[in-house]
Amino acid sequence: MRTGVFAVRWLSSMTASLAVLLSPAALAQPDQDASRLVTLGGSVTEIVYALGEGGRIIGTDQSSIYPPEATELPSVGYYRKLPSEGVVSLRPSLIVASENAGPPEVIEQLKQLGISVVMVSDKPDLESLRSRVETVARALGKPEQGKLLLEEMESALASVEETTIPALGAMTIVMRGGKLLGAGADTAANVVLETAGLKNVLAEQNAYRPLSAEVVSALAPDVIIVTSSTVESMGGVEKVKQSPVIAMTPAVQNSRVIVLDDMLAQGFGLRFPQAIAKVQDGVLGASN
Amino acid sequence: MPPTRTLPLLRLQGVTPVAAGLALLGLLLVVSVLFASVNGAYHIDPTRLLMWLVGAESMDEVSRNVWVNIRMPRIVLGVIAGASLGIAGAVMQALFRNPLAEPGLVGLSAGASLGAVIAIVLTSGGLVLIAGAAFIGSLGATYLAYFLGRRSHSVSGLLLAGIAINTIVGSLMGLLIINANDAQLRDLTFWNMGSLAGANWSMINFLAPWTLLMVALLLIRWKALNALLLGEREAFHLGYSLSSLRWQLITLVALTVGPIVAVTGGIGFVGLVVPHLVRLWMGSDHRWVLPASALGGALALTLGDWLARVLIAPSELPIGLVTSLIGGPFFIWLLIRGKR
Repeated sequence: MRTGVFAVRWLSSMTASLAVLLSPAALAQPDQDASRLVTLGGSVTEIVYALGEGGRIIGTDQSSIYPPEATELPSVGYYRKLPSEGVVSLRPSLIVASENAGPPEVIEQLKQLGISVVMVSDKPDLESLRSRVETVARALGKPEQGKLLLEEMESALASVEETTIPALGAMTIVMRGGKLLGAGADTAANVVLETAGLKNVLAEQNAYRPLSAEVVSALAPDVIIVTSSTVESMGGVEKVKQSPVIAMTPAVQNSRVIVLDDMLAQGFGLRFPQAIAKVQDGVLGASN
Repeated sequence: MPPTRTLPLLRLQGVTPVAAGLALLGLLLVVSVLFASVNGAYHIDPTRLLMWLVGAESMDEVSRNVWVNIRMPRIVLGVIAGASLGIAGAVMQALFRNPLAEPGLVGLSAGASLGAVIAIVLTSGGLVLIAGAAFIGSLGATYLAYFLGRRSHSVSGLLLAGIAINTIVGSLMGLLIINANDAQLRDLTFWNMGSLAGANWSMINFLAPWTLLMVALLLIRWKALNALLLGEREAFHLGYSLSSLRWQLITLVALTVGPIVAVTGGIGFVGLVVPHLVRLWMGSDHRWVLPASALGGALALTLGDWLARVLIAPSELPIGLVTSLIGGPFFIWLLIRGKR
């Protein structure tokens, strides 16, 4: 009799833990209290707002600049250098953080204080975006809305992928610290260019590197993508075109300089298809 | 600064005022530690904290954890780091007989940065790996400077070797930085601005006894430092073996500051200016300058880190920024006032 009870208990606890292990929800308990939410990483914050749950956020980080209302929330600073006490002082019930948030020691400290921390994938590719939307939606207890967002994104993506444009050589440039930098492989900007159907002339370099006029002339890009903050800091598109680094390129001479919002060009979020569409429109518009 | 001017003054007045000054610094340090411990981004009621400390009342788990495991180790690290930087600065200034000397002069900070850059760029390691690499880098660069400079009879050989090491290490860092990605670059920038945020008790358990030992070993060398101030030849005639003294002091400074720079990153200003302020106040007898620089450094970092934690809460500033931003203008003000 006794053993029977134990067996039943054992079985039920095993099935329970198996269920927990097997269900994707085990990664982010759906029943956690998301009433006081802190998001760390712009790519996470954007999704929470897209899910219509922006009102739950009580604090974000410096990189959370979209949508604009996110910038009005208290900021805990740079998300790779989190201040433990600062984050705790917001008294969050749930923290949803990009996998790049850190240092790991601080994340560990926050968990030890009993705060639920959900880490989400944050790489510049589609697979990571899908997993990010799903995890965030689950953590907020809105898995259905998450699915809807992804479906919308996928159908928008399918329609831009059908659009064909001439496979011109292109580069994405940003102004940082008074220098023009070009985006190489393993950047979100690179994925934008390639998905749009263009060829990144800087694909052989990694990350963002300073551009020299000579190299740019040799690469002769037909299309140049420039971020809106770069245009702003240089004082207008005309000023950008006059920059000696790119002035001699076919892109400038044929007026194929496309301005893209910073988060569109450099972040890999739900508005990814919009970024592609904008680039394609820019190329097609200039060719006509 | 010629020691002959201040030493007789000391003799005339006796030691009492200086000892009183030291006691005042100690008192200020205790007060500022207490003050910093009840202030922070996370609000903890001071009365409740006190009641909890004496065991009269309970405190909720989060407040307890924040105070015990986040805030206090940080404050203790500030005291340890400040004392190390302060006393190391005082020793270097005496060794080089130059008020501009600080541990960075012999490549210590640059070596630590190089170690950190290597750890950040080539591995994607955590704090422990970065700290280890920074420590090895600081010792390596300092000893390289020492060995290159030791053939020269005066301290200038060491100084020149230090400059060369700093330049070489700087360009090596540049080479590595070219290969860094954006996230790594930002990590580096933050590392170079210094922070006490990584503090925890296991770190303190190692650093506190170590620093106490090193500071004690430096303190008992005050006579030798006073002799060095008179001039290298004079020190020699007073019976000091210059090369062995130099070797001892450089080793002690590297062993004192190396582990600190490794865990906190670059915290400027304290090692340079605190000993300078102390000498303006107390004269240049190292019997007093050394302990006062340690206390002053600890005081400066405790207050600096308190500001770093609360100024832009819930975010925080790198402490190196705070110490330089407040210390720099204060120092200029002192210099201008002194000229008049």
